[in-house]
Amino acid sequence: MKEEKRFIEGNIAIVEGALAAGARFYAGYPISPSSEIAEYSSQMLPKVGGLYIQMEDEISSMAALLGASVAGKKAYTATSGPGVSLMQENLGLGIMSELPAVIIDVQRSGPSTGAATKPAQGDMMQARWGAHGDHSIIALSPASVQECFDLTIRAFNFAEKYRTPVYLMADETIGHLRETVTIRKVSVSEIVNRRQPEEGTAPEDYRPYDYTGTMPAPLAAFGSEKYLSRTTGSTHDEKGEFRPTPENIHRVTHYLSDKIEKNADDICMTRSFHLEGAKTVLIAYGCSVRSALGAMECLRAQGENVGLLQLQTVWPLPEKEIRKVLSTAATVVVPELNLGQIAGEIRKLNDYGCKIVQANRVDGILISPQQIILALKEAL
Amino acid sequence: MANYKDYMLFDKLPHTWCGGCGHGIILQAIASALAQQELDKHEIALVSGIGCFGRVDDYLNINCMHVTHGRALAAATGVALANPNLHVLVTMGDGDGSTIGGNHLIHCARRNINLTAIIANNYNYGQTGGQYSATTPRGSITATSVYGHVEPGFDICKLVEAAGAPFVARSTAYNPMQIRSLIKQGMQTKGFALIEIMDTCPTHYGRLNKMGNSAQMLEAVNDMTVPVEKAASMTPKELEGKFLTGVLVNKPREDYYTRYQQIIDRLVKQA
Repeated sequence: MKEEKRFIEGNIAIVEGALAAGARFYAGYPISPSSEIAEYSSQMLPKVGGLYIQMEDEISSMAALLGASVAGKKAYTATSGPGVSLMQENLGLGIMSELPAVIIDVQRSGPSTGAATKPAQGDMMQARWGAHGDHSIIALSPASVQECFDLTIRAFNFAEKYRTPVYLMADETIGHLRETVTIRKVSVSEIVNRRQPEEGTAPEDYRPYDYTGTMPAPLAAFGSEKYLSRTTGSTHDEKGEFRPTPENIHRVTHYLSDKIEKNADDICMTRSFHLEGAKTVLIAYGCSVRSALGAMECLRAQGENVGLLQLQTVWPLPEKEIRKVLSTAATVVVPELNLGQIAGEIRKLNDYGCKIVQANRVDGILISPQQIILALKEAL
Repeated sequence: MANYKDYMLFDKLPHTWCGGCGHGIILQAIASALAQQELDKHEIALVSGIGCFGRVDDYLNINCMHVTHGRALAAATGVALANPNLHVLVTMGDGDGSTIGGNHLIHCARRNINLTAIIANNYNYGQTGGQYSATTPRGSITATSVYGHVEPGFDICKLVEAAGAPFVARSTAYNPMQIRSLIKQGMQTKGFALIEIMDTCPTHYGRLNKMGNSAQMLEAVNDMTVPVEKAASMTPKELEGKFLTGVLVNKPREDYYTRYQQIIDRLVKQA
């Protein structure tokens, strides 16, 4: 594929990113405001020998993704909050079985049916904790159509590298926003594929799980000529065999969390705008980054020393970068289309007496730069 | 000639199931169906759900994916479509396959996904203590229907036949050789094949419904059935309350993957 410039919406750029990452299987259930991802995937996948299937619900969609994944395909789905609610059952299965998959959540206003066509960022905690039991999760959030393409590729790479389901947390605004995007030629070296058993590994020595470190074991696909694989959502040993002993439950639970938290330096991606010496820093992700950029430029034009930290990775939270801001800035403003889901997480890290200000909106309308500026002025 | 033992994990025995449970009979029938077809175990994938019978993968030395309760057919849909060369087996109980998983069952049959679904139907949730499921007959006693069950049960075979399954068969745990033969026929069908095995749970269902010891329960279940060939010459009155066994539906039609592949081939040719 040659590099090309296209004027497309975020949902389409996500599909282009998925195809560039090597995704060849989609299972999903239509839901606003993500449906263009399903439609465009159904058109594009068979052209590259891939497969699209519309399942009977989001429960089965997530299950089918994991089935395709265990058989060696890169698999993805797209949904919105109500669909994520149904996917959580098999999201947990993916985490425990350590199967790569990508879930695109084009967020809308909730809870329940909410306002299906209105943007929101209310699923951040659902993404973080939406599966029973202790676990960690990787979630990226695009703030532009270009990032829809680029971060989707990263989402697949993280899913393969860490053998786990990964969220791409888009929202109605970014999903339906049209911008010029560069669909670049993605080099082979940029694409991560799950590790395979090392050459020469005897079939009887192959283990689909490894709990000794913080990286997953190689995964031979079902249908491999040499290796048999065994995956399960039950607490298991290295062979994938059921082992519910206290010491095994302990090490598996710790491993699943450590695998992500201890690799945060690799997973956490941020962008910095004028952070050097900034007295006031806006911390934002997804569509709210655009409002924050507007507020930052407006304030800087007035001579104020304001910077912005964009969280491209939301989970795990980029703790190092956030602490750096909290320890140097006097005030942090967190604009979100929810009631402060990430602001609360930032407060937990605030050992520095930094003033933390929220700018929230949950009426299905974007935060304006003026609202951010007003929130800041009122707080000072 | 391959032996059923080649497909088993003997170090996991004795199995987890109660004495007298019919699941072990079905396990052996599955392994011997694989052996009789001389299949390369790398080309077999088994997807199982949660419940007593969902544990069947613990004892099989093939590719195994153990998933959530009710979702085995949905996960198997992904496996079968991602690698059409695999022989996909799906093992479920009546709770897993026809109750919590009932929606996936009818849609998998309708889509005609190329896999072989084996449902061990023992009319109750054995693993959680014998509560009623979607196949529990009206009037019977379970841990949650001590006054007699109010609802009628599903006929799993009729359900999937109505949904479009090209191969549907039934046997009982009394007939291991028939189970083996039906699994083989199901696996040789390109498309969705369902084999229901009328099974026994002497610990819960049999005990609560006074069906005697495990051997008597096997006989009682077998007495409820009539071979489909024999039924042809029986009157409706004689067939009342009887379940037909053998191959009930054998109407091959193109499976999902074959049809989808035709679209891929057309698009690739155009490109």
